Amino acid sequence: MTTAALVRDLGVALAPDRVRAGALELALYERDASMLTGQASVVCFPTSAGEVSAAVRVCRDHGRPFVPRGSGTGLAGGATPLGQVAPVVIVTTKMNKILEVDSEQRFAWVEPGVLNLDLSTAVAHLGLHFAPDPSSQQSCSVGGNVANNSGGPHCLLYGVTSAHVLAMEVVLADGSVVVLGGIDPEPEGLDLRGAFVGSEGTMGIATRIAVRLTPLPPCVATLLADFSTIHDAAAAVTGVIAAGIIPAALEMMDATIVEVVEAYVHAGFPTDAAAVLLVEVDGLRGGVDVCTSDVEAILKAHGAREVRVAADAAERAAWWKGRKSAFGAIARIAPNYYLHDCVIPRTRLVDVLDEVGRIASSRDLVLGNVFHAGDGNLHPLIVFDRRAPGVLEKVHEAGRKIIETCVAAGGSLSGEHGIGIEKREAMDLVFTEVDLEAQKWLRDAFDPEGRCNPEKILPRGGSRCGDISSLPPGAWV
Amino acid sequence: MKDALRSFADQIGSEGPVAVAGGKTHWGVGGWPATGTKEVAAPVGVVAHEPAEMIVRVGAGTTLEELRSTVEEGGQFVALEADDPSKATVGGVLAVGLGGYRRLGWGPVRDSVLEMTSVTAGGEVLRSGAPLVKNVTGYDLCRLFVGSLGTLALTGEVVLRCRPIPEAETWWVGEGADPFAVAAGLYRPLSVLWNGIHTWVGLAGYRVDIEDQARTVLGRAFRPAERPPPLPGRLRRSLTPRDLRALPSTAGVDRPWLAQVGVGVVHCGEAAAERIGPVGPPSSGVWDLHRALKERFDPAGRLNPGRSVSGVAAGAGV
Repeated sequence: MTTAALVRDLGVALAPDRVRAGALELALYERDASMLTGQASVVCFPTSAGEVSAAVRVCRDHGRPFVPRGSGTGLAGGATPLGQVAPVVIVTTKMNKILEVDSEQRFAWVEPGVLNLDLSTAVAHLGLHFAPDPSSQQSCSVGGNVANNSGGPHCLLYGVTSAHVLAMEVVLADGSVVVLGGIDPEPEGLDLRGAFVGSEGTMGIATRIAVRLTPLPPCVATLLADFSTIHDAAAAVTGVIAAGIIPAALEMMDATIVEVVEAYVHAGFPTDAAAVLLVEVDGLRGGVDVCTSDVEAILKAHGAREVRVAADAAERAAWWKGRKSAFGAIARIAPNYYLHDCVIPRTRLVDVLDEVGRIASSRDLVLGNVFHAGDGNLHPLIVFDRRAPGVLEKVHEAGRKIIETCVAAGGSLSGEHGIGIEKREAMDLVFTEVDLEAQKWLRDAFDPEGRCNPEKILPRGGSRCGDISSLPPGAWV
Repeated sequence: MKDALRSFADQIGSEGPVAVAGGKTHWGVGGWPATGTKEVAAPVGVVAHEPAEMIVRVGAGTTLEELRSTVEEGGQFVALEADDPSKATVGGVLAVGLGGYRRLGWGPVRDSVLEMTSVTAGGEVLRSGAPLVKNVTGYDLCRLFVGSLGTLALTGEVVLRCRPIPEAETWWVGEGADPFAVAAGLYRPLSVLWNGIHTWVGLAGYRVDIEDQARTVLGRAFRPAERPPPLPGRLRRSLTPRDLRALPSTAGVDRPWLAQVGVGVVHCGEAAAERIGPVGPPSSGVWDLHRALKERFDPAGRLNPGRSVSGVAAGAGV
């Protein structure tokens, strides 16, 4: 059937003005924030679960795959439309209502398009918040957080998205609607809720999500420590964890990042430092005081030149704004960046950071590090100008080497961004064929015909050599 | 341990009904294994505890008691509970997937699991997750397997998250207090338990915080308790946290039950259980997904035949 017929049927299922197939609109939705480009046939904007279900049924009748999409802030190509035939992109941004807030039982039912920070802001007057806090929290959606099992600085203590989702209403690939999980703690059956979270939109579209709301801590202390070597900073991270302290957040920024961030937001970061650690502890007053002085002593024992404690909420907010603005600030160096996301054992921070630095410098690439040091979640950031001849090849090659280095150190491919298209061909660096086959069983049980967000996460089969540059035609990183 | 896992996979093989037996403390959950089912034991022993990484690799046949004593040497603990830790095994606790009294503070069992090495129905070794505290690489089969009663794969070895042992854990008991107000007033309590008359409160963390909470929130209505109360029975029910309020009228206070306030789990005996019906069961669409998963993970139905995750809420033999 033709695209015109598809547009017509989707228009009947939704409303004609919420079904778009113009060249400009299709171009806007050909990729997410990753620059991995695909091709959409139609983009549609449902406003209810009923409309999502209807749109999915139209896709089925027309033999079209579909791609769920929230705010499009994903960095691994999870929302980039790929398929044998161009997919329909189903965008959840118009489903952005907070449906119910239950402060007694500390949860909220929300639609998938609700923005992460909007949810926390809306429940702050109740002394509650939604704990996952990705750097993109001003623009990323809760549905996207569910798809990617998103993290953020404070998931060091509070856990990633999966620990904060109680239940979901999901439209499956055949258009049927199920509820996974429950408000009660031990719903009958398998934990399909847990299997769905982090499945990157390949097992259905969440149309309502029950998220756990976490009490705001009564007391917070934020420490900023600067170091004259990255080694000392990394050793201090290990020192804090080894002392049996799990801070709420433990972040590192290297000199490259500190310099551009400071010039951009004037957060008060020391620009002559080789590395800065941002450590936050929270809880009740007494414990926070004990913990703050313990952390301060450990940081100093590991060579911190200076440790400052945020004087007030305004200073704390300025530091966090600096940390979370890094990816915007980096444009002061060059117009393009490629942000990586690997996890390593925390005790390997020093040697892996060394090696990552060598990988970039030996290729004359500018690289900064801004990452969740406390849980070993690296974010090497390669900054470049794609117009420079040959630079893309070097960026690709460096990226591949970084992944290999992390895996060789006992690490894994992704801590919070997901696999998407970006890393699917690297999956066999960490999984065997048996492992991948079992993952496919899960995916197939939810979507036997492979209609929901095809060509994501799992390698395409055939010869696989962990080559992340073997991307689909038209795609580039 | 590779040899132990290999031998575990060899014993499971690829044909015939098979189950893994741990301490058999919850052997009847979800139904008894069919007659003629071969029983295999999972590898035993702590393989490696890495305190600086806050992870421990352990054979699934290891008892919780052995795990606790090993990890304790590094100043850490693993957030798994069982009423008989000298018999209950790590693999058994994960297969059943039901936590103990401290779930309010510790979170569910599944959140402690980082990696599982299992054997498929085809007899092949399958690894899911990674020995890392943060990881979203690939599909989360660990969460699918925790609570699956060994009906999708048989787990031989796991990597678990460790946490620092808090400075103190103390218990308190009081009579006549509103347990819901107490739970709401405390900051991140470990446990609030209620039997309709008494309320027990567990607090863990810095001593100074515990003393502060005891003074300002618990007050004179509570006195120190040596430990939490014993289980009132072997059955349990899962209610929404708010529905617990009705327990004195639905279950009555003369039939023993103990509710985890803020969580929704009710521990009880048969007398109370029959008056606390389970929350509505999942829809037929959800059971269709269960069938589709079983067909793919275990097409011949050889893993734990006779057991079903759909039988757990009915309380069969818990």
